[in-house]
Amino acid sequence: MPQGQPARDNGTTMSGAASLIRSLEAVGVDTVFGIPGGAILPAYDPLLDSQQIRHILVRHEQGAGHAAEGYALATGKVGVCMATSGPGATNLVTPIADAHMDSVPMVAVTGQVASAAIGTDAFQEADIRGITMPITKHNYLVTDPAEIPRTIAEAFHIAGTGRPGPVLVDVAKDAMQAMTTFRWPVELDLPGYRPVTRPHAKQVREAARLMASAKRPVLYVGGGVLRARAWAELARLAEVTGFPIVTTLTARGAFPDSHRQHLGMPGMHGAVAAVTALQKADLLIALGARFDDRVTGKLSSFAPNAAVIHADIDPAEISKNRVADVPIVGDCKEVIGELIPAIEAEFAAGTRADLTGWWRQLDQWRENFPLGYTPSEGGELMPQYVIERLGKLVGPDAIYVAGVGQHQMWASQYISYEHPNTWLNSGGAGTMGYAVPAAMGAKTGRPDATVWAIDGDGCFQMTNQELATCAIEGIPIKVAVINNESLGMVRQWQTLFYDGRYSNTDLDSRRIPDFAKLAEAYGCVGLRCDTAEDVDATIEKAMAVDDRPVVVDFGVHRDAMVWPMVAAGTSNDEIQIARGMAPEWDRSED
Amino acid sequence: MSKHTLSVLVENKPGVLARIAALFSRRGFNIDSLAVGPTEHPSVSRMTVVVDVEDSPLEQVTKQLNKLVNVLKIVELDPGQSVQRELVLVKVRTDNDTRPHVLQTVELFRAKVVDVATDAVTIEATGSSDKLSALLKVLEPYGIRELVQSGVVAVGRGSRSITDRALRPVDRVA
Repeated sequence: MPQGQPARDNGTTMSGAASLIRSLEAVGVDTVFGIPGGAILPAYDPLLDSQQIRHILVRHEQGAGHAAEGYALATGKVGVCMATSGPGATNLVTPIADAHMDSVPMVAVTGQVASAAIGTDAFQEADIRGITMPITKHNYLVTDPAEIPRTIAEAFHIAGTGRPGPVLVDVAKDAMQAMTTFRWPVELDLPGYRPVTRPHAKQVREAARLMASAKRPVLYVGGGVLRARAWAELARLAEVTGFPIVTTLTARGAFPDSHRQHLGMPGMHGAVAAVTALQKADLLIALGARFDDRVTGKLSSFAPNAAVIHADIDPAEISKNRVADVPIVGDCKEVIGELIPAIEAEFAAGTRADLTGWWRQLDQWRENFPLGYTPSEGGELMPQYVIERLGKLVGPDAIYVAGVGQHQMWASQYISYEHPNTWLNSGGAGTMGYAVPAAMGAKTGRPDATVWAIDGDGCFQMTNQELATCAIEGIPIKVAVINNESLGMVRQWQTLFYDGRYSNTDLDSRRIPDFAKLAEAYGCVGLRCDTAEDVDATIEKAMAVDDRPVVVDFGVHRDAMVWPMVAAGTSNDEIQIARGMAPEWDRSED
Repeated sequence: MSKHTLSVLVENKPGVLARIAALFSRRGFNIDSLAVGPTEHPSVSRMTVVVDVEDSPLEQVTKQLNKLVNVLKIVELDPGQSVQRELVLVKVRTDNDTRPHVLQTVELFRAKVVDVATDAVTIEATGSSDKLSALLKVLEPYGIRELVQSGVVAVGRGSRSITDRALRPVDRVA
């Protein structure tokens, strides 16, 4: 069982719709984000009577999907969203694709037109099962009411086990209206679904052997470590080995940023020490990571001298982009759990490479190329400063949820993440508009936690309608809009690669809309801050509000850029710490 | 590039063919031929897929296929260790002069005539891809009016069955 305690039922006659709601209750669902409509209407009737399920009426189905993702990441449970057929279902496509790219456990329940009308181009008909085939872990079309309980049980099992992911269950309206017999528990019929969680002992021993003799090892930690809830094992592995660690964008928080062995984030906007450590390593221990192009840069020149140990629960990730010397298929919690005694045995047998020289080098890189930014000449508010102060004042116990773009990179770089699942963002899909609804989902799942959305002015305008949901449903999230009046990351690329020709990136969003007034219109507190002197006081003011959502419009310098940067398609060796500035390696490698 | 023959056991459920075809297309793999049909188990269908790829993309396609929940098992069949056959139905133009030559060809290839008209015969032939292309080459000069060909179906030699172990029941309760 993925969650909750199933209620036994030896057979009760009810409608398919009631059976659907009973099944959701039986798998432990307590929160559903959704919007009703024609084809899903039957399900909404018994939902009204559910004592267990809180339905949160969102303003757009995309908001429901991202909220389900935020809920799932903040709680570790399977997130649930619901929509009607046709456009209701197609509005879920973006968050489903997002959940698929970032392995977020989610179940989407959609209504479908009556089975007799399927295939006739009926009103609000869309083949959502066909549409979502490539972006779901699995999906279903249910036309027989007797199949509803088993399908729901399977959907939650598939979404939450193995490599997690989204599962869509499309239910024909007549299947919900017909009478059926609800029975629980149900037998799963999944002969082709057998995720391997236990690693092969021989591979683990081989990995430990390589690790013990590596002179320049790096633990390359990906989001899989968070999905496997393996942070305690990772901390122990770090302690036992003394190896340096990098955490990818989806793994931020899996290992404390303040820890001495943490080099930061690798990749296109990663820390120089993290990027360079991977480049110069002789052994990469990839744990739940997938050698994404944003991490490797030009693949053929990535970590050219490193042997690779690659542990992942998804066999298809291993050797997909970079060939693994030691492939390990398994759940990261079990893999790391077994690696620890194996490496201890190697050390006890006297094999242990001296890492002093490697650490001296790493420390030099860290010292010589720390993260930083240059204040603007005109004294404009710097976005990095805003985010840095936010992280300092709000602290590491809050949950931070970013949109996509410059503000996302700065939020990843300038906030110190100390705890798992306190950093939520759209990594693989890069979905603008993720932050507000995902923050809403996270706050719903963790009402005790302070939840800050850090959003861009472009992203914020894609999904801010969910502020209405937050205000009405009593979900007091806080939103920091890093307002540079433009689609900042695209503008940065135009500055760097298109000769400063700013084609369609100017949003003029200091003028229209007035974000503070917009927030007030939505029943939230709206604040504004344009100077560095006011930043702390404004954040304190926002923190003092706990009965309503707060939106702070931070008017920041529009020419600020994200550094370091490895330009797309180039080698990680070409990392720049500022425009036209490569690190002076000679100084660092003496 | 080299050809590989994959036997894919799948659950006999709606949409499975679409899942497999779409997976090949979105991961950028070309299917040379695909044949699908029932097996000795009513709940299981068997697909024979011939793909033209190098070894390492083949490993990737096999792993991606294995991730599909409805896929039960994938086996690559070595051409030397398996029987591989396809079927062709070909309608050849004939007249009184050419018919005996065409019929002789049919006999040589151990094919058979399944329909006769005054100006054409329809020939059914099975065999390996090489044999069938040889047959078609010989028939070509007479005039091929219509041609339809199945995908390859293949089975491993010897007594072992790939369906046995794949169908072991897995007990799981929600």
